[in-house]
This record gives sequence, structure tokens and C-alpha cells, in this order.
Amino acid sequence: MRVTVTIDRRPEIADPEGTTVKKALHDLGFTEATTVRMDRVIHLDVDGDDPDQVRARVEEMCRQLLANPVLEDFAVELEPSSDGAG
Amino acid sequence: MRTAVVVFPGVNCEHDVVHAIESLGGEAELVWHRDTDLTGFDGVILPGGFAHGDALRTGAIARLSPAMKEVARMATDGAPVLGICNGWQILCESGLVPGAHIANRDLSFICRFEELEVVDTNSVLTRGAEPGQRIRIPLNSYEGNWVDPSETGRVVLRYVDDPNGSQGGAAAVSNAAGNVVGVMPHPERAIDDLLGSSDGRVLLESFLHDD
Repeated sequence: MRVTVTIDRRPEIADPEGTTVKKALHDLGFTEATTVRMDRVIHLDVDGDDPDQVRARVEEMCRQLLANPVLEDFAVELEPSSDGAG
Repeated sequence: MRTAVVVFPGVNCEHDVVHAIESLGGEAELVWHRDTDLTGFDGVILPGGFAHGDALRTGAIARLSPAMKEVARMATDGAPVLGICNGWQILCESGLVPGAHIANRDLSFICRFEELEVVDTNSVLTRGAEPGQRIRIPLNSYEGNWVDPSETGRVVLRYVDDPNGSQGGAAAVSNAAGNVVGVMPHPERAIDDLLGSSDGRVLLESFLHDD
């Protein structure tokens, strides 16, 4: 099953890279970009057919490794199977 | 005092640390990160570098190494535990000191001498120093910007000129007990005037001696 994990740095934590990219966008004239956050997306292929079970396991991966609870929140999205089975 | 210096793949300051500890009369020995037994060591240092190439986040993979279970045990037992630069990042990921590190405020890799002020002498890194003492040692990092939303980390050294945005100006942070400390600049690179400064000596001597 294809799973997409999005790791967001929490809004109250500074994002120096996002700030720098925002400044560069403004230099290019894209001043309408008022917030830029450099979040992270991780794609996983995960064995298993039970969406609830896969989600629970991936959420546990996030808690144990993929996200840092001090800085980040995470969201797990299961993509519909592309092999015709589901 | 016998100190273990843990070597993770990608670490690059381990020999400097061993040299510094031995120069100060201590005993230091390199141990591989897969070692499962640090019995017989009185203290442990996690040296700087780029463990596992900083994959995912600095320190995120290294904290899973078998040796880190022993580091946690020694920390609980009250032994001196010091993480330098990447070593501090590993201690944060392990939860042995509070907080985490993000990129420097100005996105610059900072490699220069920094002036520090001793703000708390109740730690294994600062117990031999005087409150208010100025210390000049080299900083060499990109992700030295420490954040601690829990506000439980105890800043023991602070930068005089705030080079990287670190919370509270923190250059070194201790756990509540004072025996586990992370420091971003490198005391082991400043143990002789030939290196531009010998101010790192008082910090590493503090680590080696509790009197």
C-alpha cells in the first residue's frame, strides 16, 4: 500500500530555510507569498491490506523515528491501491 | 577516569577528543556504536561529525545504536555524559537532554571562534569554571540553533554574540541533574595555545574531575 507521510514543523518553531525562500520569492516579485514552510514528505510502500492496521503502524513509525515530537507534527495519508486490487 | 568515545559512522572528531582527554591526563578509548557493553567506563563522550550523514534529522539514526542504551544507562547512573556538536544533537534525539536543533538562523555554516560566558557551574562541563567566566572556543556547525519548547533545558554556557539564534543564547545545555551536557562549540579543539586557544581545557578538565 502506498502511504504518504507529511512532516510539518509546528508553526511556533522557526523555519530559517522557509524564511530564506520567502525572501527570494519576494525578490522575484512574488510578494503575495506571505508564508513559506519547508515541510517534508515521505513516501512509503507498506505491506498489508488492512488500511486501519497500515495507518496505525505508520503512525507508530512517525512517533518512533520519522517525526521529532519536539518540533514536528505528522499526517498519514493512504493512497488507493494502484494494482487493481482495491 | 576512563572515558568511552563513541564512534558512529560519519563522526569525524573522535581522535581530537581522545587526544584532548589524554593531553589532560585522562584515559580515553574509542568504542564502536554497535558495542553493547560500556561497563568499566566512568564517563562517555559523543564526538562531533555527521553520524549517518545526518539522514532524516541530525542524530535521528544514531540514537538507535546499541551503544546508546549503555549511554542512557550511564546517564541514569549519574556518570558524566558529554555530547559535542553532533553529539549534542544525538543526546537531544535520545531525550537525554531536552530540545532539538534546527538550521542556524541565517542559514550559514558557522566556523569560527566564539566567545562564551559560563552561566551555570552545576554541570559536568562547567563545574571547574567560574560563573561569568569568558571562554573562547571554535564553533563549527550548521544546525546549532537549539530550540526547547519545554523550557526545561538548563543553559550552562551561552554565546556572547548570539551567532545562530539558539534559544536563550545556549551554547551548552545540561539535564536537570547536571551530569548530561550537550555543547555545540568544540572544547577539544582549544586545548593548547598553538590551536589559537586553550580555553577548552577548563571544560574538559571539569568533565574529568569532580573536585
